[in-house]
Amino acid sequence: MENRPLEYDYTVAKLFMYNAIFVGVAGMLAGVVLAWQMAFPQFNYILGVNFAEYTNFGRLRAIHTDSVIYGFVLSAVWSTWYYVGQRVLKVSMAESKFLMFAGKAHFWIYMAASVIIVIGLQLGITSSKEYSEFEWPIDAGIVVVWVLWGISIFGLIGIRREKSLYISIWYYIATFLAVAMLHIFNNAEIPTWIAAPGVGNWYHSVSMYAGTNDALVQWWFGHNAVAFLLTTPIIAMSYYFLPKESGQAVYSYKLSLLAFWGLMFVYLWAGGHHLLFSTVPDWMQTMGSVFSVVLILPSWGSAVNMLLTMKGEWQQVAASPLIKFMVMASTFYMFSTLEGPIQAIKSVNALAHFTDWIIGHVHDGALGWVGFMVIAALSHMAPRMFKREIYSKSLLGTQFWIQTLGVILYFTSMWIAGITQGMMWRAHDEFGNLAYSFIDTVVVLHPYFTIRAVGGTLYLIGMVMFAYNMYKTMTSSRVVEESELQNATPMGA
Amino acid sequence: MDIATLQAYGFFFFTAFMVVILYSYIYHLYSSQKDGSRDYEKYSNIALHDEITDQPVEEILKDDEKK
Repeated sequence: MENRPLEYDYTVAKLFMYNAIFVGVAGMLAGVVLAWQMAFPQFNYILGVNFAEYTNFGRLRAIHTDSVIYGFVLSAVWSTWYYVGQRVLKVSMAESKFLMFAGKAHFWIYMAASVIIVIGLQLGITSSKEYSEFEWPIDAGIVVVWVLWGISIFGLIGIRREKSLYISIWYYIATFLAVAMLHIFNNAEIPTWIAAPGVGNWYHSVSMYAGTNDALVQWWFGHNAVAFLLTTPIIAMSYYFLPKESGQAVYSYKLSLLAFWGLMFVYLWAGGHHLLFSTVPDWMQTMGSVFSVVLILPSWGSAVNMLLTMKGEWQQVAASPLIKFMVMASTFYMFSTLEGPIQAIKSVNALAHFTDWIIGHVHDGALGWVGFMVIAALSHMAPRMFKREIYSKSLLGTQFWIQTLGVILYFTSMWIAGITQGMMWRAHDEFGNLAYSFIDTVVVLHPYFTIRAVGGTLYLIGMVMFAYNMYKTMTSSRVVEESELQNATPMGA
Repeated sequence: MDIATLQAYGFFFFTAFMVVILYSYIYHLYSSQKDGSRDYEKYSNIALHDEITDQPVEEILKDDEKK
């Protein structure tokens, strides 16, 4: 038998990377179409009146949110897991046929579920729970996918050479455990053919919660989906890729540990802020507000730790587009985790709730923090997986500035739109009559909706540039030696 | 006392207990680093030296690999 030295095996990481890039472009395209629909309703007929059923806002909205969260981000999270997991545990997937099989099954079952989800959402089949629109057969399939990921996590940990689990691994484990719990409790449901035989289709179901309880469980899930799909795995990435790319040790490893436990402790209680001034008990609303404000501390603990990791090495920000993406991501994380708690304060929420300011908040986090960190992570991994340099540094740098401009246009327009909306909705005359009708707000907001669509389009253009750059990196870029891959990622002009 | 009041007290004291645990952990992290009994900062090197041929920061010793 050939006696080759042991190497990390990135087969599964590559598969998830391809999907992350593809769905990233597709999911954001859906988002851009939606943004233009908000500004110009005729975009609901973008493929003609005959296809309006499939291209209207109601159908595309769930496709956009689900594909960017569960397609783009989750694929990228798994790609980084199958890369970072091996490296910080110092064990190769090639050492276990079983784990390799589980990893491939993880990818292909996930892909099959994704295709069914997209077709189902296009046909309008939905359980109508936000961010959790899937009917029960898909919910069951998601459990299988999640268990396979768990097998990979704990299987690799079981055969590791490095005794201590690096901080990123803690965050991946937190993601795994929390999402498992969230998914099961939020999707507790009874198929209609058991609850009411003969009524509805076999794949429909009825939630086990009703009314306020249903809303409470939904937002406990909804907020923690943000926490454990769009925050913890992204922090896992930042704790690995920023130190690795810059060659700098994490500023304070102890701070990373205490920020981890702080985040775990606080995040799960904050979901109530989605239901302020609703029918849930008042103490629960207050708790949601208080925990949201406290959440600034652990969030900033991680973000400050990232920025201080660059201490004395700030020239790298100018030199490397990857460091630019990561430093900007950490900055947007700080920004977004300050903005969120402000919105969760009751008096601010009275103005902000249901307005476009919330959409702005989601997107400065999702585009600025999550998107930028994912782009940097994929750019760091690709040369190491394919043994080729990044095809074009200037393309990556241009992409950074175009996308940064896109995010800024997005959230500033939504701030103005949201606060204008909130002020107009509550304005009244001396007799208590509302000063404005709904259509008055629409007329005023139109320019900001247009600016938002332009911002989203710029971000999408950046994603297309990224996809092209990555395609060229994988296929035709200059081949590099192992010695060039130590820290800073090699890049062509 | 009705069940809702009990729940509220239970929640408050549980939260207070968890706060004590969290702060004790933070105290432990910094005091054990200071008195030299643990070095947490060395774990940063797990990411920096992550080639499969690199020496682990803390190796798991497997007896069966020695045979």
